[in-house]
Amino acid sequence: MRAIPAAPPLIALRDVSKVYQAGQTVHALRGVSLEIAAGEFVAVMGASGSGKSTLMNILGCLDTPTSGSYLLDGVPVQDRDADALASMRNRRMGFVFQQFNLLPRTSAVENVELPLLYAGVRQPERSRRALAALQRVGLGDRSSHSPAQLSGGQQQRVAIARALVNEPSLILADEPTGALDSQTSTEVMQLLDTLNRQGITVVLVTHEADMAAWARRRLLFKDGRLVSDENNWNLTPIKEASA
Amino acid sequence: MSAWAAFRSAWRALVANALRSVLTMLGIMIGGAAVIAMVAVGQGATDRVQEQMQALGSNIMLVVPGGVSQAGVRLGAQTRQRLTEEDALAIGLEIPEVQVAAPTSRATGQVVWGNSNWGTAVMGVNNDYLEARDWPLRSGRLFDAAELAGSAKVVWLGATVARELFGDQDPVEQTVRLRGIPMTVVGVLSPKGQNSMGQDQDDVVMLPLGTLRNRVWGGDATSRLKRVGSISVKVREGQDMGAVEERIKELLRQRFKVQPGAEDPFNVRNLTEMLRAQEESSRVMTLLLATVAGISLVIGGIGIMNIMLVSVTERTREIGLRMAVGARGRDILAQFLIEAITLSLAGGAVGVLLGAAATWLIGTLADWQVSLSLGAVALAVGFSGLVGVFFGYYPARRASQMLPIAALRHE
Repeated sequence: MRAIPAAPPLIALRDVSKVYQAGQTVHALRGVSLEIAAGEFVAVMGASGSGKSTLMNILGCLDTPTSGSYLLDGVPVQDRDADALASMRNRRMGFVFQQFNLLPRTSAVENVELPLLYAGVRQPERSRRALAALQRVGLGDRSSHSPAQLSGGQQQRVAIARALVNEPSLILADEPTGALDSQTSTEVMQLLDTLNRQGITVVLVTHEADMAAWARRRLLFKDGRLVSDENNWNLTPIKEASA
Repeated sequence: MSAWAAFRSAWRALVANALRSVLTMLGIMIGGAAVIAMVAVGQGATDRVQEQMQALGSNIMLVVPGGVSQAGVRLGAQTRQRLTEEDALAIGLEIPEVQVAAPTSRATGQVVWGNSNWGTAVMGVNNDYLEARDWPLRSGRLFDAAELAGSAKVVWLGATVARELFGDQDPVEQTVRLRGIPMTVVGVLSPKGQNSMGQDQDDVVMLPLGTLRNRVWGGDATSRLKRVGSISVKVREGQDMGAVEERIKELLRQRFKVQPGAEDPFNVRNLTEMLRAQEESSRVMTLLLATVAGISLVIGGIGIMNIMLVSVTERTREIGLRMAVGARGRDILAQFLIEAITLSLAGGAVGVLLGAAATWLIGTLADWQVSLSLGAVALAVGFSGLVGVFFGYYPARRASQMLPIAALRHE
């Protein structure tokens, strides 16, 4: 499932550094270079403070690198203004968070509609696409439920539907199973795996090895540096067999 | 993000904290109600004065003899101390700015028709008086020259007198008795309403000056002097009332041979100016009341700003999430601004209803003249909207300038 190396990579980081000036200078990322091709399923691992969250923020256009370049689909992202970054996030990627971050007292379908709202998609197209995304994650019959009426796993699936709804090329999942039990964690990982097989690039940030095992490539970070980049082929069929 | 979607999301956020939203709106509600009620009271007072001006006729001055205090001047028995018909004639002829100068005298009397009778004011006038007062006849005709010169026994009835004596019947050509003297009704005046003292101006009968002098009072020595109680002067449109007032005084001083520095044996009352001043003061009053009420709206706005700041802090993660899925700064700004405006406009709308109810209560219970105008409603709603924009902008801007990563991590 590795992309053909000749194709332009979806993500290309060149010598990316991030320095925070919060009282004392913190080097969150030190000269990271990496490429992720379209269709990959990548796990980013590392202890807290290793820089994996900072990498995630930069990949997700939530933050910009202090130095170095970031090409998303061949388009340079660094030095863009806030509105351009917002537009990138809206059209190119979907986020899945540990805490789901669904709007309370708002139905599942309306939560999923949120990215379409900011993309300027009008009704009834908006509801139609949101319902389709919910069906894709297997929650077509729960569209009018509010987050409080859904289980944790269902909430995370609504969040995944929200990430999917704008047809992104990249899904960034930040500890998506951190708040779930092992049973629902497996369900969520299976869902991400299925989406990956349908062609969506998935970048998963986790510190749990058994979650990282779902990915076909693992990046290990330590002290702001990429210290290991290994393929993970052989584990995947085992997971699939057990699922 | 469309305005409608933004409004729906704002509405949902407000309903989610219904009690808090209502308490926040309370200040705006009270402010809005105060604006409506105060402007209605002030406008009612202004309207009342304007109605009086309407009833008075425009550009009216009243010339009356001086009071007893000027007896100290003691100019002698044959000196004219009182106004006469000739004075009115002179004012009309010699001052071109004067449209008409109508001499009048007043008395009271009992009017009898059939078996009904009615005590009323009796005015001796000529046809000019109706022109001076913009007071047309509802039916019948003016006095003709022979009737005026010959002290004919003809009379006009005021609307109130006509109603009291004749009910629905037409009084014209009927004969009434005034102080026992039979008189033919030749006209009925159109209704004029109350004057500035609250008297019913329609409770009157009018007859030619000569008739009042010679037949009602009985001709004595004074009747040869054709004395009159007052002269109503109507000034032509667009003239300076003050200048005309001076010219009338100058003319009368000459006619009365008033020594320089001596007290005038007459007074000129510029009624229109007096009412204008009254109107001006009630306008200022309205403005003052509206301003005080407006201040309470502003204070309500501070409440909105306070609660919006709390709301922005509480919903930091929501703001971060919205930014992560593609909301730009201006989308977040619009969202919170619309929430603040929704709060203030809803408060303003409820305030208008409360104000209308308060206005009705004031009008009914205190029996004040009130005037609930569309302008006041627009003012109250518009101003509360402005308050929402003004006080909502700072919290909304704070929300829009959050950094997405910091907002998402906020606990």
